[in-house]
Amino acid sequence: MVTRGFTGKQPGQDRSDRVPPGQHLVDDFPVLATGPAPRVEPEEWKFILKIGPRPVKKWGWSDFNALPQTRMTRDIHCVTSWSKLNTAWEGVLVDDILADAGLGAPTEFVLAHCYDGYSTNMPLADLAGGRAMVALKYDGRSLPREHGGPARLLVPHLYFWKSAKWVNGLQFTARDERGFWELRGYHIYGDPWREQRYTND
Amino acid sequence: MGIRGGSSDTPMTDEPAVPTDWQSCRIVEIAERTPSIKSFFLHLRVPFVHQAGQHVDVRLVAPNGYTAMRSYSIASSPSSSDIIELAIERLADGEVSPFFHDIARSGDEIELRGPLGGHFVWPTDTAHPVLLVGAGSGLVPLMAMVRQRRDVGRSVPIALLLSSRTWHDVLFRDELLATEVSLPDFALAFALTREPARRAADYSRRIDVAMVADVVGRLPTPPGNVLVCGSTAFVEVAADGALAAGLNATSIKTERYGGA
Repeated sequence: MVTRGFTGKQPGQDRSDRVPPGQHLVDDFPVLATGPAPRVEPEEWKFILKIGPRPVKKWGWSDFNALPQTRMTRDIHCVTSWSKLNTAWEGVLVDDILADAGLGAPTEFVLAHCYDGYSTNMPLADLAGGRAMVALKYDGRSLPREHGGPARLLVPHLYFWKSAKWVNGLQFTARDERGFWELRGYHIYGDPWREQRYTND
Repeated sequence: MGIRGGSSDTPMTDEPAVPTDWQSCRIVEIAERTPSIKSFFLHLRVPFVHQAGQHVDVRLVAPNGYTAMRSYSIASSPSSSDIIELAIERLADGEVSPFFHDIARSGDEIELRGPLGGHFVWPTDTAHPVLLVGAGSGLVPLMAMVRQRRDVGRSVPIALLLSSRTWHDVLFRDELLATEVSLPDFALAFALTREPARRAADYSRRIDVAMVADVVGRLPTPPGNVLVCGSTAFVEVAADGALAAGLNATSIKTERYGGA
């Protein structure tokens, strides 16, 4: 249904193929979180890999920073409708985390866990193959606290609530277990190009 | 700190909440609230009952099919009718808010879906006081809570700390002042950032940690839930203030305004 009198700020031809339906571009970097940003000092930071309830490997800040570092520049898309192009990140690919733990694909699904109790789920296929990382830097600098520092997950091809801030672990699960927002009406997968914002979209 | 099995407030349910589908709503009334904020009253063809604090997504469609989507918090109380109120601030560089302010009029049809968001909502635990902290149009979801508290008449004490630029920018100012008179356990404090306070209970400065502690002190007992809504910088200061006042991080819920 056409809205009377609305034309909008439509992206130019050169960018329209990079802006998913219902999204609009921003130049700033909005911050969204469900509660206060936790304060986690790098020296106390830990990252744990689990298979179900069983811890498999644990890293501290210096061990984790010693893993291969990868740069990634990607467009990101928030379900609240903003998109930001060419965001530059640096961190450890999930592939390299799994390799360091000597793990292949113990199960097909993963829950990411965070210092503030937040969680989000996705298939392992969306984390592996160079598609996702645990980001330690944004725009060449340490990740600011409000953007998830010291470390956040980056899964840029899914809506940005999947890129969990203040991440402290990945847990392999037998089923696709819903995380925080997925239990609260948001889509279990969250592909911006298919506009999977809410359950049943 | 190890991995938790899940957020402590994650409901133990297999069935996620499912929002309603898109529906077309008619604008039945537009009211100017402040120099930059107008209220839009929308008639729901498919009525729903929301929780105070929830939002709707609004979708505008251009003749060539281009769509713009934004989320707006619901200002009206859940106990209202099949008409919901959205209070929308006009953002100068915006795409959707200038449409609402400059073009939309009564009788227009707007597509929306909702209610959405199950986190930033009026708490089910009403055994303890509730602290609301908002800035500018960040009052909107908190206003739904104040109205619900007023209309339902449960006796949970609440305090609202609201930051605005000037007295004329205080959204729902007269209604809040009237509510303060009619509800004995509602503590109201305005923080004006660009002009002096007009009432003894108010502040003439930006929010800070001491101000949050001061407002917490106006409640009979410490709040069991804190809901903060505003810009990112505002939310950080308000949340830090609540933490400094000794409140638990898990009792603090935040919502931040961004986008246009």
